[in-house]
Amino acid sequence: MTLMPSSLAEVQEAVRTYQHVRPRGGGSKPALSAPLEGQTVLEMTGLTGVLEYDPGEYVLVARAGTRLAEVEALLAEHGQYLPFDPPFVEQGATLGGTVAAGLSGPMRQRYGGVRDFILGVQFVDGQGRLVRGGGKVVKNAAGFDLPKLMVGSLGRLGILTEVAFKVFPFPKATATLLVDFSGLEEALEALYRLTGSPIELYALDLLPPATLALRLGGLPEALPARLERLQSFLGQTGQLLQEAAEARYWRHLNRLPLGEGSLVKVALTARHIPDLEKALGSTPRRYLSAGNLLYLTWNDEPDRLDALLKAQGLSGLVLKGTVARSQLGINLEHVLGHKVSRALDPQGKFSLHAPLP
Amino acid sequence: MSYSLDELKRLFPPGRFLVKPGELAPYESDALTAFRARPLAVVLPESHEEVAAAVRWCAKHQIPYVARGSGTSLSGGSLPIDGGLLIGLNRMNKLLRLDAKERLAVVQPGFINLQVSNAAAPYGLYYAPDPSSQPVSTIGGNLAFNSGGAHCLKYGMTSNHVLAARVVLPDGETVELGSESLENTGPDWLGLFVGSEGLLGIATEVTLRLLPRPETYHTVLAAYDSLAKAGEAVAAVVASGLLPGAMEIMDSLAIEAAEAAVKAGYPLAARALLIVELEGETSQVEAEARHLEEVIRQSGAYEVRVAQNADERMKIWKGRKAAFSAVGRLSPDYIVQDGVVPRSRLGQALAEIERLSARYGLRVANVFHAGDGNLHPLILYNGRVEGELQRAEELAGEILRLCVALGGSITGEHGVGMEKKAYMTEMFSEDDLNAMQRIRQALDPGELANRGKMFPGEAPALRFHGAHPLEKAGVISRE
Ligand SMILES: Cc1cc2nc3c(=O)[nH]c(=O)nc-3n(C[C@H](O)[C@H](O)[C@H](O)COP(=O)(O)OP(=O)(O)OC[C@H]3O[C@@H](n4cnc5c(N)ncnc54)[C@H](O)[C@@H]3O)c2cc1C
Ligand SMILES: Cc1cc2nc3c(=O)[nH]c(=O)nc-3n(C[C@H](O)[C@H](O)[C@H](O)COP(=O)(O)OP(=O)(O)OC[C@H]3O[C@@H](n4cnc5c(N)ncnc54)[C@H](O)[C@@H]3O)c2cc1C
Repeated sequence: MTLMPSSLAEVQEAVRTYQHVRPRGGGSKPALSAPLEGQTVLEMTGLTGVLEYDPGEYVLVARAGTRLAEVEALLAEHGQYLPFDPPFVEQGATLGGTVAAGLSGPMRQRYGGVRDFILGVQFVDGQGRLVRGGGKVVKNAAGFDLPKLMVGSLGRLGILTEVAFKVFPFPKATATLLVDFSGLEEALEALYRLTGSPIELYALDLLPPATLALRLGGLPEALPARLERLQSFLGQTGQLLQEAAEARYWRHLNRLPLGEGSLVKVALTARHIPDLEKALGSTPRRYLSAGNLLYLTWNDEPDRLDALLKAQGLSGLVLKGTVARSQLGINLEHVLGHKVSRALDPQGKFSLHAPLP
Repeated sequence: MSYSLDELKRLFPPGRFLVKPGELAPYESDALTAFRARPLAVVLPESHEEVAAAVRWCAKHQIPYVARGSGTSLSGGSLPIDGGLLIGLNRMNKLLRLDAKERLAVVQPGFINLQVSNAAAPYGLYYAPDPSSQPVSTIGGNLAFNSGGAHCLKYGMTSNHVLAARVVLPDGETVELGSESLENTGPDWLGLFVGSEGLLGIATEVTLRLLPRPETYHTVLAAYDSLAKAGEAVAAVVASGLLPGAMEIMDSLAIEAAEAAVKAGYPLAARALLIVELEGETSQVEAEARHLEEVIRQSGAYEVRVAQNADERMKIWKGRKAAFSAVGRLSPDYIVQDGVVPRSRLGQALAEIERLSARYGLRVANVFHAGDGNLHPLILYNGRVEGELQRAEELAGEILRLCVALGGSITGEHGVGMEKKAYMTEMFSEDDLNAMQRIRQALDPGELANRGKMFPGEAPALRFHGAHPLEKAGVISRE
């Protein structure tokens, strides 16, 4: 069954009434939001709209079902953006789904990911109560940090109804350099040299086998000198993307276009890349944020990827594709997680596993 | 000595198990000296296993406990519990690993904040969170309070710089939260733990993220004939699309105090001083500086100084960093308040504080992180005058309510602790607080960890005790 609540009270009522509920934003990450048998789907796109936005505050508050596209368009009118650069903007992703899935994009490199920009949340817990955590100012230390807890929670701790984010001014000018290296080792060496240097990049992606995509941003008058410096730092000029072509390049990447198959997010560090590269073969993939984030498309048995990640001590999350389990790789469950989940959802209404018949 | 205490004593060698009144005295309060309590005993573990053993002992005998770093909490966070155990972590002060290539440091909880940056300096790296207490406060305490500093707007608080932690839960079990990656694939349990004020467990090993040191700083000092103009200048900087590393304002009382204390060379007639600092790649900072110059020129500053070298920069910051303890020269005692308002409400908040100050007949000096609306009003009083401490506390409380009414928060960085727990209901509903309580009780049904803090409830009476011993000794100063 699918419901489309249009008020907080309806979300609360639905949680109180039904035994198993699964929130869905717009379904851009269907492996995470497809209902299991016995689950009632709450289509959250009925709860939309930006509630507060004053560009001078660097704060935006919106209902969780609001589409990223609407938020980004509004911010762009004032020269601002969501610095964690969430994917699937044009595919209809919502703020709530983005927080719940914990998804950031290439530009997280400059200032951080979803967790670094979420300021406040309102959600409905497993007993239908409305709970707020955090605040609506850029700095706040009162109470437990429930906003961060909700990042990556996949709807299992509560149904997000409202979120507040810190936002930043978008750089007035940007430019991107695509630089090929003779091999992975050389590309990684350059990656490490860059991350240890004072050069500030908006994006630092590694495209296997050995290309770095580097995005610079800032004031237009300083950009040429900074580009030149970057090129001499790397000892080669690379391919320069500017203006519309540059914007197009990154907009295209926002949908994580890695071909047909199961789209998987992996959390890692650059240290893991050499071994992964040996194991991943022809799997389409891209490493973001200096090797902290990998998106790949998998077309083989999920068990094989699960084993591969386990062997590397890594965890993954299937975003698109039909899989029995969206969580792959090492087991991240622990007693703190179980206890906190039970505290917020004592009856297991938001459980990610198929309810018992 | 009771049987149970004897059991604890056997876990720790002499010298690391304290019960004599004389040995306990230094642990009776934190930097909020108006609160004081005597613990049953103090243990000084040197390993994760010893922390776990102490916590298990507490769980077994249902004895409440408080973890303690350097005891610099300004909200009574590390205040002991009468008859409870105090677990002092200062002996766990080792740097376990510094990996310059991966840009991370693994430390024990008693490692001092500033030491992280010192250890990272040879590699051109630093640890970004910079509370004014950084020469003495510990990483464990910073984690528990999600401590901030002057550079939060751009780079965030402690939570944004912690990658992983090993934690002893209140039942004595151990969990590992987070990983070396900046990303993760499940709920952000580490995010929940950081800032939990010692209620959800004790961190025994912490992995921190290091950043490359900015290449260039550009520090500007602007003098105004009114606080309102300085506030408007901050709004104008923000509107121009610049993102400075720090924006700080001091009012005339704070300027006077700082000048008397460290002779920073501030323009003495100023009603308000604004410090703006840009940082980053040299050519970018140079370009930003030209825009900033224009914004400041139009903001009505009557005097503008730009630090020409590292010495001049340090001098500007020295006055700012010393402002709090310097206020001690103007008044025998003071309370540091910590609240947040939306940046656009700064002017309104300051005007209201001025009115409150007049009504209570107590002077208030203002020094604040203007970039993120984090106010630090200093309420001056004389503890030897009957009733003045109470009046000062009331005024401090009114300021907090004002912050909430304007859409802000009761604390930006000093935490709730004992001091502000009564104000939690101003900011959160019963259901909000219940959800937090349920999380806490799920992990700690006996409410042993830091019992009596953060959640509304009875607080002990305030008594006058003067400044923190380290402040009196001039080792640290307040921000
Ligand atoms: C290939 C493709 C093309 C598409 N094209 C279009 C198009 O052209 N136009 C269009 O309108 N749509 C399109 N869609 C649908 C679109 O993807 C969805 O509208 C959108 O993705 C919203 O999903 P989401 O990102 O918000 O998260 P979801 O995928 O819905 O959810 C992700 C996770 O978050 C959880 N979650 C979601 N919301 C909440 C909440 N409020 N609280 C707690 N947990 C929550 C879910 O349970 C799930 O675990 C397309 C989808 C795909 C796959
Ligand atoms: C002069 C002065 C200036 C200050 N300036 C600032 C500032 O600019 N910004 C700011 O944010 N704060 C500031 N503070 C407040 C204080 O320094 C910080 O809160 C600091 O993080 C406390 O560190 P500590 O080691 O002293 O912790 P303590 O005071 O010993 O403990 C603080 C809390 O942390 C808990 N705790 C300690 N160690 C652990 C652990 N390992 N695991 C779990 N919980 C633990 C304690 O139980 C307690 O609740 C200032 C304080 C003073 C006195």
